[in-house]
Amino acid sequence: MFLNDEEKSMLNGELGESKKWAIEHQIKVGNFFSAKDFISVSQAHMMVDPESIGEAGVIFLENLVEMGACVSVPTITDPRGVDLNYYKPLGQTENMANIDRRTIKACTSMGILMTNTCVNYQTIMPPVLGDHVAYGDTGVVIYSNSVCGARTNFEGGPSALAAGFTGRTPRYGLHLDKNRLPTKRFNLKYQPKDLTDWGILGAIVGKQSGSYWEVPIIEGLEVIPNSDEMKHLGAAMASYGSTPLFHLDKITPEAKNIKLDEFDYIDIKTIEKSDFDTLKSSFGQKGDKVDVVVFAAPQLSIVEMQRVADLCDKNTFKVPVIVCTSPQVYADALRMGFIKKIESSGAKVLEGTCFYNQYAREIGEANGWKRLLSNSTKIVNILGGYGYEPLLANMETCINSAVTGELI
Amino acid sequence: MSRILKCHQGIGNKVEGIVLCANDNFSARYDLDRINGIFSRPQHKLFGQTYKNKILVLNESKGGVASAWMLYEMKIRDVVPKAILFNRANTILAQGATLADLPMCDRFEDGDITSLLSTGDKVIVDPVTGKVEII
Repeated sequence: MFLNDEEKSMLNGELGESKKWAIEHQIKVGNFFSAKDFISVSQAHMMVDPESIGEAGVIFLENLVEMGACVSVPTITDPRGVDLNYYKPLGQTENMANIDRRTIKACTSMGILMTNTCVNYQTIMPPVLGDHVAYGDTGVVIYSNSVCGARTNFEGGPSALAAGFTGRTPRYGLHLDKNRLPTKRFNLKYQPKDLTDWGILGAIVGKQSGSYWEVPIIEGLEVIPNSDEMKHLGAAMASYGSTPLFHLDKITPEAKNIKLDEFDYIDIKTIEKSDFDTLKSSFGQKGDKVDVVVFAAPQLSIVEMQRVADLCDKNTFKVPVIVCTSPQVYADALRMGFIKKIESSGAKVLEGTCFYNQYAREIGEANGWKRLLSNSTKIVNILGGYGYEPLLANMETCINSAVTGELI
Repeated sequence: MSRILKCHQGIGNKVEGIVLCANDNFSARYDLDRINGIFSRPQHKLFGQTYKNKILVLNESKGGVASAWMLYEMKIRDVVPKAILFNRANTILAQGATLADLPMCDRFEDGDITSLLSTGDKVIVDPVTGKVEII
C-alpha cells in the first residue's frame, strides 16, 4: 500500500504505540483486499459489546489504554450488552456486568463517546452524501451507505477502533465507486404494509443477494420508505445477506444517477406477496406458545417508542415484554411519558442495549425462554443460532400475543 | 500425490490440518456455540460438528460485525479453527482474522473451494504465498 509521510510515521512508531498497532492492522487488512492507499474518515463507530469481546477483548483494550491510546476522529459505540441498571432480573451475571464496566472505562479513557446505539443515523450525527466513515454494526453500515450515500465497509470492532486512532481506513470495497453499482435487480409486486414487511423484504433481497460483494437494486416501490422503514429493510438485508449497500430505484441518493438500461444484462427477479408469506411462515404459526416478546434489532426510534407505548397502554401481559432503545431515545421517551406507559403494563425498557448482543443464549436459558416473538426480521434470523425458536409478527400482533401468551 | 490450489494473498502464517468443509456460509455470531466449539445453528450444514483445530472450508462469510472480536476471543481461549478458507471473505472476517492472527484465504483460482476440498482432507495452508496444498 502507498503510505504518505504521516502514515509512515505512524508505522515507524513515531506517533505512539497505539497508532503503530492500528496502522499495522489496517495495512494487513488493506493488503488482503488489495487496497492501494488510505482514505480519511470523518467518524468511526465501534461494536464493542461484552459478549463479543469477552475477557480477552477487555484486556486488549486495557493494554491500549496503558499505551496512552486516544482516538483522533469522533468515535462512537454500538449497543452495550448489559443495562447496568437492569441486569440481574434478566439472569445476567456480575461477571458480565464487570466486563461491561471495564470496557466502558477503557473506551472512555481513549476518548470514545459511549453512545451505545445502532441507530446513530437517527440520533447522533448522520453521515452525509459522499462522506467516508468507518462504521461497525451491519445495520448502521447499510443504512449509511444506502440511505445517506456515505461510504463505509463493515468495520468490525478492532478495525473501527484502528480507524478511530489513525483517522483513516484502507481504500477498498465500498470506498470505491466501482463497487457501488448494482449487480442484482429485483422488481417488487407487493408493497410492504408495516415495519415487519419492510424487514421481510430486506430478508428476501438479502438471501438472494447472498454476499457482501453484491449490490441489489429494488424497482417497483410505490412509496418512499421513512427512516424506520429503511432501518428495518436494511438491517434485515444485511443480516440475511451480509449485504452492505442497496439502491431503491429513483429513491435513494445514488440510485438517481444509475441508468437501469446500462444494467439490462442482469436478470430481474420478481418479488410477490407469496414470497413475503413464505418467509414469514418459517417463523411460527397462529396458536404457537410465546415465552417472551422482544422489540429490538435495531433499537427503537422515538416514533416506534410512542407506538409501543400506545399499544401497551392499559394492557396486562401474560409473558415478559422487553423493549430496547438507545440512551438518546430513552431520555426523550422518559420525558414524554412513554417509558412509564410501557412499564405500567409490565413490559421493561432497556437502555443502550440490544437484545441479541446481551448474552441472548444465557438469558434465554436463565429464564426458560425459547419461543421468542418479535417484529424484527433481523432478530428472528440471529436468534435461531442461540437456542431460540423465533416467531415473527408485526408490532400490534406481538403486543396482542403478549396479552394471551400465544401467537395470534 | 499432492495438489496445489492457488488463491489470493491471505492473512496469517502457514498451518497444516484436517479439513471440515460444507457448501454453506459462516458467521461466528449466528452459527456457533463458541464456548463448546460446535456449529449450533440447526439450519447450518455443519450443525453439531466440532470446529476446533480444523481447517474450516466454507462458501462466504456473512452478517455480524461481532465476528471480528469473536475470532480473537476464540483464539485466546484456544477453541478456534486452525484456519478458515472461503470462496469469498467479507470484510469482518478478514479484519477479525487479522486481529486474531488466524490464517485465512479466499478467491481460489480453480473455482469453488467447497467442492475442491472435502471433509477429512489433509492440507497445508500458506496465506503468505496464497497456496493450499492437499497432501
